[in-house]
Amino acid sequence: MALLEIRDLHLGMRSFEGEAHVLNGIHLTVERGEIWGIVGETGCGKSLTGLSISRLVSTPPGRYITGSISLEGRNLLTASEPEMQSLRGRRIGMIFQDPTTNLNPAFRVGEQIVDVALHAGGLDPSILGVGAKASRSERKKAARNLAIDMLAKVGIPKAGERIDDYPHQFSGGMRQRVLIAMALIGRPDLLIADEPTTALDVSVQAQILRLLYDLVQEHQLGVLLITHNLGVVAQICTHVAVMYAGNIIESGSVREVFKNPNHPYTTGLLASVPTAKMKRGELQGLPGSVPNLLAPPPGCRFAPRCAAVQPRCTAAIPPSVAVAAHHEVACVLAEPHASAAA
Amino acid sequence: MILRIENVTKDFKVSHGPLARATHFTALKDVSLSVGKGESFGLVGESGSGKTTLTRLILQLDRVSSGRILFDGTDLASLSARDLRHLRSRIQIVFQDPYASLNPRMTVHDIISEPMEIHQDTLGLNARQRTDRVVELLELVGLGGQHLFRFPHEFSGGQRQRIGIARALAVRPEFLILDEPTSALDVSVQAQVLNLLHELQAKLGLTYFFISHDLGVIRYVCDRVALIYRGEIVEQGETERIFEAPESDYARLLLSAMPEPDPDRSPFRPPAASAG
Amino acid sequence: MTTLAEKVPASATSSRWENARRGFYRFRNSWLSIAGLLIVLVLFIIAVIGPSIVPYPEHVAGSVSTATRFQPPSALHWFGTNELGQDVFSLVVAGSQISLLAGLAVVAVGALVGTLVGAVAGYFGGWTDEVLMRLADLKLTVPSLILAMAVAAALGPGILNMVIAISISWWPGYARLVRGEVIAKKEEMFVQAARALGAGTGRILRRHILPNILTPVIIKMSLDMGFAILTVASLGFIGIGVKPPTPEWGSLLSIARTYMPDYWWTAVFPGSAIFLAVFGFNLLGDGLRDVFDPKARR
Repeated sequence: MALLEIRDLHLGMRSFEGEAHVLNGIHLTVERGEIWGIVGETGCGKSLTGLSISRLVSTPPGRYITGSISLEGRNLLTASEPEMQSLRGRRIGMIFQDPTTNLNPAFRVGEQIVDVALHAGGLDPSILGVGAKASRSERKKAARNLAIDMLAKVGIPKAGERIDDYPHQFSGGMRQRVLIAMALIGRPDLLIADEPTTALDVSVQAQILRLLYDLVQEHQLGVLLITHNLGVVAQICTHVAVMYAGNIIESGSVREVFKNPNHPYTTGLLASVPTAKMKRGELQGLPGSVPNLLAPPPGCRFAPRCAAVQPRCTAAIPPSVAVAAHHEVACVLAEPHASAAA
Repeated sequence: MILRIENVTKDFKVSHGPLARATHFTALKDVSLSVGKGESFGLVGESGSGKTTLTRLILQLDRVSSGRILFDGTDLASLSARDLRHLRSRIQIVFQDPYASLNPRMTVHDIISEPMEIHQDTLGLNARQRTDRVVELLELVGLGGQHLFRFPHEFSGGQRQRIGIARALAVRPEFLILDEPTSALDVSVQAQVLNLLHELQAKLGLTYFFISHDLGVIRYVCDRVALIYRGEIVEQGETERIFEAPESDYARLLLSAMPEPDPDRSPFRPPAASAG
Repeated sequence: MTTLAEKVPASATSSRWENARRGFYRFRNSWLSIAGLLIVLVLFIIAVIGPSIVPYPEHVAGSVSTATRFQPPSALHWFGTNELGQDVFSLVVAGSQISLLAGLAVVAVGALVGTLVGAVAGYFGGWTDEVLMRLADLKLTVPSLILAMAVAAALGPGILNMVIAISISWWPGYARLVRGEVIAKKEEMFVQAARALGAGTGRILRRHILPNILTPVIIKMSLDMGFAILTVASLGFIGIGVKPPTPEWGSLLSIARTYMPDYWWTAVFPGSAIFLAVFGFNLLGDGLRDVFDPKARR
């Protein structure tokens, strides 16, 4: 059974102008040990996909129209809120973009991690390694030891001393390590990392990516890495899903998708990144901007910006077809047989 | 050389409360560099390296502790308030965050015409002429005059950055400081903005002082580069030379940390392993 | 750019109108805010047209009819009559004018003075800030009602004096709020941008900082309105505000308290009016805060 399976997920988002279809039929399967990069432009729904898995999208204004999200067979969309709370911080870990705002400045780092450890330990006593009948102080002591271990593991030197520091005493990279430690303390099966290195310097980013990669190797986590940085995806991800305006338009193994992109959007996105060989002014980029999701264009949502657009593009959203092993594309160009039949 | 920075040092006094003795923090240490007319000069550094301090010094928002900054041959520190104001119209800046750098309560028209109002005595445009110029600028940056009376929040990030560029160009500057102008944008939009900047430079003969931590962008845009680390310039020279044969450890570190969008060049995977 | 070409507002006004409609949409999502808005609207309408539609305008002017003292609420006298035989409904309706007007004046004067002081203190910092803020702190050490009482007693009764008295105790709250906001806004990128363009102090404060801190000030004004009305009523209650026969909710309540609980209606209706006004303005203020909260902005 797949670790995470998203089937035909549709999410509506109500606003002043009406309801927008912000997720428009997402299919995604993540196995243990896989690192999935979710890429796309701002507003393509990549963060909402991550938030939907831990059910952190507020409803309303959000509304799940159809579809399912299963974590090892258990549908998260129909789970009760207490059930979700027992999953967050335990089986599902989350890391967010900004390490400065996700730690409470008024509490010592240690207290914040110990809280998470106690929460996780309350759900699964084996995490703390103390018996179910352990006293409060025993549990606290175990939680603190676990916190120190985790901080050391994510590469914080002298973790035993630093645990009593306040967040402002840590640099940005170190804070992100603390947040990773927090996300991992409940021994999650699935880690959702939303732009975990965007706020960091490149040298620190390289360290954090190395840390994430090693942790995945060690614990066989499934990871959803949401980012707009194609370089990060190319480096660390095993798989990638390219999103555009609420759809996954191309997905598969990183090497397949990056070396042999089939969807014009993926091609355009990859051509937007300046490379060593390019002369100034040669950068391709993508013309136009993302569509208004309140009134999406008919058929393929990328059609208005697509250089290879054809009349049949506007008829319906093209289905995902496999163009190779571990490589699916939702584009009419990828389905020559279908066009012959029509 | 249009801009010459000679042995500039900048100290900040750090107060530790009324009883403790104040200590000094050196943000820039003996920085020297020069930017030629019409070229694109890149400044690369990570957070806290002192690149923001350096821009503030060039813009005369702060004063140097020692050393000189010469613009077109004149020492900025020697200028009277009036001459400085005049000079300000020749140096403009485009900010990193197109969301925060535009006043949310002002229309696009007011935002772009504001520098023309401030430098009224230099430019001598009346209200009607200013509006015409705003329309002209909007077209120059690829937006179009129909956006004249909209507010910043109605635009996407890339469009806002175009507004920021139009504002910087309003007073016909020669020297443009680009402070991470694309780091808040999506790659596809970044490509559009970089191409726009390239066109504008060719059309208007601008000199660019391009600050970024994205080495890919720097390599694409800049003729020459300086790397700054903890307030000191560790290496500077022709862009290609630095990328092909870095001399300092810091340059090598940065280059190795730069994530390239090529799965075969990942440090995490041996080539041709774990594929599909 | 396709998304923008669809609906282009013709001018800044229509763009502002669009924003207002967007704001009202968020406001509408909370029925409590709507209730607050309705209460406040009704109060203002009553304050404006009330005195001319009351059933017994002569009672408002001060005439008495001892024959009809202390009549309980009836079809003839909806809120009953008081110890002078005056129609309580007429008095409460007419009293809304003084209460609302005085409340508005207090809040407006307090906000104006406080904003000026706070903006100067926050923008210039240093000694200016120290002096102005210590002055504000000094004021905050004295309970506002006591201070207002003292000032009102010194100036003598009357609406204008009462407004001055309360405003003196009112501005420091705004000064502190505005100072904090100005200090925060001063570091915003767009203010830095204006400075880099060469803009002077006056322009930065006027065009960039003040328009962006207006929202919390307006919200505070709306939340304060209720409290201002209450303070006006309190001064009336202890007898140093508006003097009879001018009807004012606080003084109506004050006189009526001697006749409690037998003639409860003389106190209950002015009291309910105060309650309703305070409640309405607070709901409205909360609603406005939700609308203007930048995090809720698109």
